[in-house]
Amino acid sequence: MASKGICDRVAIVGMGCTKFGEHWNRSASDLLVDAVQEAYGSAGIEPDNVDAYWLGTTGSGISGLTLSEPLKIQYKPVTRLENMCATGSEAIRNAAYAVASGAYDLVMAVGVEKLKDSGFSGLTGSAPPGDGTESGMTAPANFSLLAPAYAEKYGVDLETMRDVLTKIAYKNHYNGARNEKAQFQREVPVEKINSSPKIAGMLGIMDCSGVSDGSAAAVICRAEDAHKYNDNPIFIKALSFVAGPSEGAKRQDYDFTTFPEVVESARDAYVQAGIEDPREQISMAEVHDCFTPTELVLMEDLGFSPRGQAWKDTMDGRFDLDGDQPVNPDGGLKSFGHPIGASGLRMMYEMWLQLRGEAGERQIADPKVGLTHNLGGAPGRCVSFVSVVGL
Amino acid sequence: MSGIVRYGSYVPFNRIQRSAIGGGRGERAAASYDEDSASMAVEASREALRELPQGAEVDTVAFASTSAPYTEKLNAATLQAATNLPKSVTALDLGGSTRSGLSALLAGIDMASAGRTVLVAASDVVVGAPSGPRESGGGDAAAAFVLGGNGTEPIARLIGRASCTEEVLDVWQSPGMPFAKQWEERFGASIFTPLLVDTFARALGDAEVAASDLSKVVLDGTNARVFRGFMRPAGLDPAQLADGMAGSVGRAGAAHAGLTLASALDGASAGDRIAVACVADGVDVAVFEVTDAIDDGRPKHSVASWIESKRDDLAYTTYLKWRDVLPFEPPRRPDPDRPAAPPMQRAERWKFGFVGSRCNRCGNTNLPPQRVCVVCQASDDSTMEPYADSECRISTYTLDRLAYSLQPPVIGAVVDFDKGGRMLCQLTDVDPDNVAIGDELEMTFRRLYTAGGVHNYFWKARPRR
Repeated sequence: MASKGICDRVAIVGMGCTKFGEHWNRSASDLLVDAVQEAYGSAGIEPDNVDAYWLGTTGSGISGLTLSEPLKIQYKPVTRLENMCATGSEAIRNAAYAVASGAYDLVMAVGVEKLKDSGFSGLTGSAPPGDGTESGMTAPANFSLLAPAYAEKYGVDLETMRDVLTKIAYKNHYNGARNEKAQFQREVPVEKINSSPKIAGMLGIMDCSGVSDGSAAAVICRAEDAHKYNDNPIFIKALSFVAGPSEGAKRQDYDFTTFPEVVESARDAYVQAGIEDPREQISMAEVHDCFTPTELVLMEDLGFSPRGQAWKDTMDGRFDLDGDQPVNPDGGLKSFGHPIGASGLRMMYEMWLQLRGEAGERQIADPKVGLTHNLGGAPGRCVSFVSVVGL
Repeated sequence: MSGIVRYGSYVPFNRIQRSAIGGGRGERAAASYDEDSASMAVEASREALRELPQGAEVDTVAFASTSAPYTEKLNAATLQAATNLPKSVTALDLGGSTRSGLSALLAGIDMASAGRTVLVAASDVVVGAPSGPRESGGGDAAAAFVLGGNGTEPIARLIGRASCTEEVLDVWQSPGMPFAKQWEERFGASIFTPLLVDTFARALGDAEVAASDLSKVVLDGTNARVFRGFMRPAGLDPAQLADGMAGSVGRAGAAHAGLTLASALDGASAGDRIAVACVADGVDVAVFEVTDAIDDGRPKHSVASWIESKRDDLAYTTYLKWRDVLPFEPPRRPDPDRPAAPPMQRAERWKFGFVGSRCNRCGNTNLPPQRVCVVCQASDDSTMEPYADSECRISTYTLDRLAYSLQPPVIGAVVDFDKGGRMLCQLTDVDPDNVAIGDELEMTFRRLYTAGGVHNYFWKARPRR
């Protein structure tokens, strides 16, 4: 694949993000109004200034009306899109390419999900009418396949593996405890993580991301216009998106210790951004920690750790808030929560805060280059998004 | 002369102890939560169809059961599709009485005499009112027979038969009744014993054999009391009686006469004569003579091997839940979707027949069949590849405690086939605490769930039995 990319041609000049969590008294429309109006304010713009909108949601509405109706957007293009759990990032990517093309000057990428109205545990989705031969396995079950496979391949005993997964959950809750918009704002003791009720394989409830409601939005324009709106814009260095051919579920040579889709999207993003050594050059990252073993495998697929070493780097604190390469400084999906369509934008929101020095207690010292990674699907059958952003 | 060309049986993996039901000796076989009479009929039929002799091509399929999954929609069509028999078969469902299993066998032999080759599968899931005799005395199982005549050497020839039909209120169940009822057994015995004596004698006369010539006698019926006054007038010795498997399986409704016959055939030698009688709404008696072909015609699994392969500690509440007798708290997950007719139709060879595709270009196998090969991306260049009898093993697995199931956790496994190909599928008949990577598996036809009155059949993997 040879993406030419749009390095430094597009900027984010304003963002908004609701608190994520169980918003029993807020509808998807309410959350959209909150996030979008915060983003307008952040960029210092009026609704009239925005030429077009991209709305990502997997199931909280269909069509652009989901956004235009609550905000009374006056006869403008609103695209609703979906790309599983990477939906929010897809909104950013499509909006960014639209301004880069010159078709529009100022656009918004918005994401929303209202998960807690269903009354069910975990994620639910409505599949098209089918033949009834799908495996019927849930997301935690699919991702739980990573843990024993990784342990087996790299000779990590299962007790140590448990410690590694617990460390990831502990770290992300530690970060979320320092974030007033996170769903769970409390540190969770190691013992509680270790003994949480089992959901799938070795994964307990505390290995799973928070099921939540939330919305986030970004105002995007061409780089040359960025300072018209904001003194401290952030710039897009790379946007990469990959949909795999779903080989892992069909080929015996796939071993459930990697996401080939992530490897490819990271490679492409690094080419676009001119990153040669991600372990050294990426200051911080928000990654798709839907389940704890996912984050472990991502550290290797994104090139932050050599193969077979991410578990050691994790235990050594490399990815801690005060480590050499902080990962999920805002708490991640684990602690900030995962309202599907909003998550990709929420990741970008943390980059926005960190790069502008606005992350408060979580502030990472002098970050230069940030990465967001967003994944949808299951091991062997997924889509992957990687962005690189910076000053 | 027409007769049985091949046979097969199936006894499900689970047993419930009668002591757990509230009394009685021994145990009964219990279909799993993902089985019904059609899926079990498929399992028994696969046994019977595995190695057909040269020239035997099944052109008729009959399914006999008193617990057919559909009251309208041909259950024999499910059987045809799941066993990959040609669509040109004649197919029929039979039921109405537990005698229908043996009646179907006789009718199948008649068809064989007219030149047909017939698969008859009898199968029942016997559900009785809780703590009643039908619940504890019943069992779940299936038996299947391929019947032929001209050109194929049967393993057992039908040498005599007789029937009688009696309009009598013995066992009955009308629509809306949750369980069958039975009239006082003493009354039934007073009617049926003389009928059995007479019909049995006529069958022996037809076969021109004496009672003492029989090496095994299968006696099956709704009412065990019928047989008390039968043995002596019939001139039979208790040593001739085939084991009715009351303590290990229970009476498996319409399947039971066939299952007991299969068990008798498992132990039979050339020249043996076996009489089978079934007493329900009348009497059918068939007399078979085992031929030299018997040793080439035995199925992979004997009835005894099925009985031996089991988990025998099924809890009563779990059993009642499986049979939809006991309401229970569902998981906090959406109900599964009703499978849709057009997608099922398009995927029929995969969904029912478990047929994948093999790429003509690179030889890789694709499960389910793919138009574009997952390895070499060759397009529309593949051959259908049957997988139902392919052996496979666990590449990796997980216990899914969140997924919807009547028997959580769902055990999801990445299954690699020895002849190539991989799929993610559910395991069944397995102890979740006793699964390991590398475990050897075989495929089994199951009912995954029922939604909107539609039974969703597909294949699962189970440890080899």
